[in-house]
Amino acid sequence: MKGLILLSVAIAIIPLFLVVANVVVEGLPAISSGFFTGIPPSPLAGYGGILNGIEGSLLMVGMGTLIAVPLGVGAGIYFSEWPESRLSFLSSFTNDVLAEFPTIVIGLFVYALVVAPTRTFSAVAGALALAIIELPIIARTTEESLKIVPITLREASMALGIPRWKTIFRVVISTGKSGLATGILLGIARATGETAPLIVTAGYLNYPPTGLFQQTGSIPYIIYNFGTAGYPNWITVAWGAALVLVAFMLILNLSVKFFIGRKSTGVRAEI
Amino acid sequence: MSLPASLIGVQPKFETKGLKAGFKSTWVLNGIDIKIPPNRVTAVMGPSGCGKTTFVRCLNRLHELTPGAVVEGEALLDGEDIYDRNTDPVAVRRRIGMVFQKPNPFPTMSIYHNVVAGLALNGERNKKKLDHAAEQSLRGAYLWDEVKDKLTDSGASLSGGQQQRLCIARALAVEPEVILMDEPCSALDPTATAKIEELITQLKKDYTIIIVTHNMQQASRVADYTTFFYLGKMIEFGETADLFENPKEELTERYITGKFG
Repeated sequence: MKGLILLSVAIAIIPLFLVVANVVVEGLPAISSGFFTGIPPSPLAGYGGILNGIEGSLLMVGMGTLIAVPLGVGAGIYFSEWPESRLSFLSSFTNDVLAEFPTIVIGLFVYALVVAPTRTFSAVAGALALAIIELPIIARTTEESLKIVPITLREASMALGIPRWKTIFRVVISTGKSGLATGILLGIARATGETAPLIVTAGYLNYPPTGLFQQTGSIPYIIYNFGTAGYPNWITVAWGAALVLVAFMLILNLSVKFFIGRKSTGVRAEI
Repeated sequence: MSLPASLIGVQPKFETKGLKAGFKSTWVLNGIDIKIPPNRVTAVMGPSGCGKTTFVRCLNRLHELTPGAVVEGEALLDGEDIYDRNTDPVAVRRRIGMVFQKPNPFPTMSIYHNVVAGLALNGERNKKKLDHAAEQSLRGAYLWDEVKDKLTDSGASLSGGQQQRLCIARALAVEPEVILMDEPCSALDPTATAKIEELITQLKKDYTIIIVTHNMQQASRVADYTTFFYLGKMIEFGETADLFENPKEELTERYITGKFG
């Protein structure tokens, strides 16, 4: 029986291992210091760099996260602390639907909302699409991490004559903050890897971002665009960009593990 | 119900009139009329489900925080109804401290910050005042000597008994008039229990104490007065020794002789 379980674990891990190995093998030739400072090459002219993608992704994920964090954390606090309210039930349900929404549809929504009226693909439109994608993830993880804060701590605080909002901000959130951080990192990881919504909102620029209402490149777009082109050097650029993205995801996920590890010791200490 | 002779003419610290409490359609407390004397320890005793915990949670308006909770009747603190429409429950809770069944220090805060939490989170910034309050409260809870060299350690790093005394210190720091204790020793070993009980008898000099307990020995050790609750009603109230030796009600007698509960 144990053998069967180990076998299925191996089968589950092998594809992941193969993907990562493949990305490393294919992408490594493109990686040099220039890959982080240059711009994508012309056909058959070396590997260049993906600075436009790195800066574009940082810009759009950064702005998107700045929009999504206050809204998502706020919504999560509301879902967790006022679960009996009808608005909480309704918006929590909406949040679940939004979390499962096809991201291309979110992209098209932002296209209609921002791209069409401004008549240009832009970093702002891309950031807005990413914010909508991050929002439900952050709201849900905030809710979950605050709900596991023991009710006895809230009561201890209220019994000291500390008002409810201060109890929430200074006791509940402070106890659940590693969960909050985890949610934000998960949101960032999700947004960083999104491609489809950026195609219809941010478009592409072969140079680092020139303005918030200009077309803006991103790492996933480079993978999509160069990976499907016919030139061998462009395909290696796409692999290199994929390697950078995977490495970034790995770092984010390790940070999440770090925060979750701290959370569990926190719970142990409390018992 | 007749008042014990020792309480005739004494202005009660707390008095409830027809206090009913429960959840949505079920009443847990069915009209409690009680007079709690000042600077004395009053024990609330009774079998599980008799409403003793709900009763003390009504006295600092904590019961109403549970979704679906309902309260009726009056609870007079120094003659003023804490359930009056114009009374701010937050202000009520500052006058009435509470110690819970399980020690519940704030896990993210140091020992020092646990003690001064009630002051600091209500806006007190003066470091000297906070330091003074921390030391006084920890001394009051007989914890100072054990923790004075590690005030910055996490409150969660202490033993169970120390954590409970930390929670008592935390309650003392906001200078309440009444301290409610809901089975404060139920999670503690006998040594830690003995320390808390000794502490309770010291604290009554400055505070009115109401302690919920299912432990009759504990009630007889610490309480000046004891009341027996059964099925949401107050069956009897009297001086502790009197109530244990000459219970006036049959239910009380059956409970203290171990025939049920």
